[in-house]
Amino acid sequence: MKSPAALLRKIPPAVLLSAVIFSAAVLPPLVGNYWSQVLGDIGIYMMLGIGLNVVVGFAGLLDLGYVAFFGIGAYGYALMASPQFGMHVPFWLMLPVCVALAAAGGALLGVPVLRLRGDYLAIVTLGFGEIIRVILNNLDPLTNGPRGLLRIDPPFLGATPINNPQRWYYLILAGVLLAAFTADRLNNSRIGRAWIAMREDQDAAAVMGIDILKYKLLAFTIGASFAGAGGAIFAARQGAIFPENFSLMVSINVLCLIIIGGMGSIPGVILGAIVLIGLPEVLRGTEQYRMLSFGALLVIMMIFRPSGLLPASRRRPAAAAPREPE
Amino acid sequence: MEAFFSAAILCDQLINGLTIGGIYALIALGYTLVYGILFMINFAHGEIFMFGSFAGYAALTFLLQYGFTEQRPLASILAAFLAAMVVSALLGTILERIAYRPLRRASRLAPLISAIGASIFLQNVMLIIIKGRMQVYPDLLHETFFEIGWFNISNFQIMIILGSFFLMAGLYIFIQRTRTGRAMRAVAEDRSAAALMGIDVNRIIMITFVIGSALAAAAGVMVGMYYTQINHMMGFIPGIKAFTAAVLGGIGNVPGAMLGGLFLGLAEAFGVLFMPAQYKDVIAFALLVLVLIFRPRGILGEVVSEKV
Repeated sequence: MKSPAALLRKIPPAVLLSAVIFSAAVLPPLVGNYWSQVLGDIGIYMMLGIGLNVVVGFAGLLDLGYVAFFGIGAYGYALMASPQFGMHVPFWLMLPVCVALAAAGGALLGVPVLRLRGDYLAIVTLGFGEIIRVILNNLDPLTNGPRGLLRIDPPFLGATPINNPQRWYYLILAGVLLAAFTADRLNNSRIGRAWIAMREDQDAAAVMGIDILKYKLLAFTIGASFAGAGGAIFAARQGAIFPENFSLMVSINVLCLIIIGGMGSIPGVILGAIVLIGLPEVLRGTEQYRMLSFGALLVIMMIFRPSGLLPASRRRPAAAAPREPE
Repeated sequence: MEAFFSAAILCDQLINGLTIGGIYALIALGYTLVYGILFMINFAHGEIFMFGSFAGYAALTFLLQYGFTEQRPLASILAAFLAAMVVSALLGTILERIAYRPLRRASRLAPLISAIGASIFLQNVMLIIIKGRMQVYPDLLHETFFEIGWFNISNFQIMIILGSFFLMAGLYIFIQRTRTGRAMRAVAEDRSAAALMGIDVNRIIMITFVIGSALAAAAGVMVGMYYTQINHMMGFIPGIKAFTAAVLGGIGNVPGAMLGGLFLGLAEAFGVLFMPAQYKDVIAFALLVLVLIFRPRGILGEVVSEKV
């Protein structure tokens, strides 16, 4: 039986890639503003997914607090480009700063939790995400609490403000392409191979001379930096952010889209974002049953296709991986 | 130095801590039992607790309609507990059968995601049932306070503290003294060896879910009566905190979960004396991070070494 992934691999990657980029580039005028907005949402989730995929898919570290870095990036930009402190630093100046802030957050979380594995790591990162959300919610003098930050400046390209869904779409598309390219290069680098070794068998990797602590820290830092960029873009696009934008559900959604798409696989993450963030939008008519079917879909997916829609080629099949401790 | 807090405040917080700690402990037991046997975090456990709370609510409103509660308030409350425990136990079993059992041989991530999916599913089922409205528990016991020395304790708090200790003691005796309890410990120790000794592993796993879910349901009814308002999202925070409690005590360890729950409840109750109340939720997570860094196996930790 041929899986969709196997069929896709028959097409030369360059052809496939150009076809995808071309069709993505001509979409907005065809679909109009509403769907451009939705596609922008999907794009932001793609960036987050590509970033979390570095941590979970490449390095095998289960992070449930990824939203914290998204929040750091978003609040980082919003504070410096809104009436909150009356400061209006340009977007393009703040973007690298937000990336750096989120990366610093990743390193900060990484250091204490490096010794943990598996479920313990998952739960500590979840706690970290919640701590950040509670702080955003309560540190009124800085974050304006639950009232959020309003009137955040849009970015400018030359003299043109990026302030409608179609313009945003192209900016986000560029971001997604850059993120996918970076992640792909990382995956095929010395670092990426070290991560894979660590993911498949940490102890064997350590014996082979891979500095586990260093590579774990690197995974956390790099993964977080993607979320920082995504956060800055999110804040600038929404124009207003609130602590509830950064709830655990975001982390869970991002994790789910990675798993639905196929862990460790960048095309998988992209497909996962389309399915997971786009599908509920298609199902909007059935409002009430939207999240209900989303939950059921996750369960069904895990039972029938646990390795995702487009699994990574360089990975042990999930069924063969032994559960530990058994 | 002058006493910073009066004895009365400290006593109040002690009672509050024991009350909320008892609830955390009951929920934490479900996490710890399942983790001890399957090595998975049952992420949907908070929703089982939520369903229990609603089942108790349904039972109480039903009895109230027929005027039964006025004559026999205590019997009605027992009936509510029973109804909640039965509904949740059933739900836990179904969950295990549908969402977890097919994944027993899958990688570790699969059951976790499946549990998250089940949790979202259950939340939205309840959202549809209650049409998004918050429900208010019928007030049967009429909260009254007793003053005993410095202690100022309400009948609800007495019920919760006694009830949770009673259930925990019952569970401990069940696990230590009965044949099924021994089988549970054997399965937790080594599943395949237990199977070779003639233990029906699937049955034991089912029983584990039944017990864990029933305890969470009891906690759900207690929370409903204590805080009066319930909604479809109520499982989330207590679920996470109870998991924290289970980790604090040493996950997979039954007395540890009890101790962890009480410890967390007391830490929160006394913590609010030192910091603004809205940071209460941070206490749990900060404690969790600290414990995992300095004593990853929890207070009463044993086992849980990751296999090489």
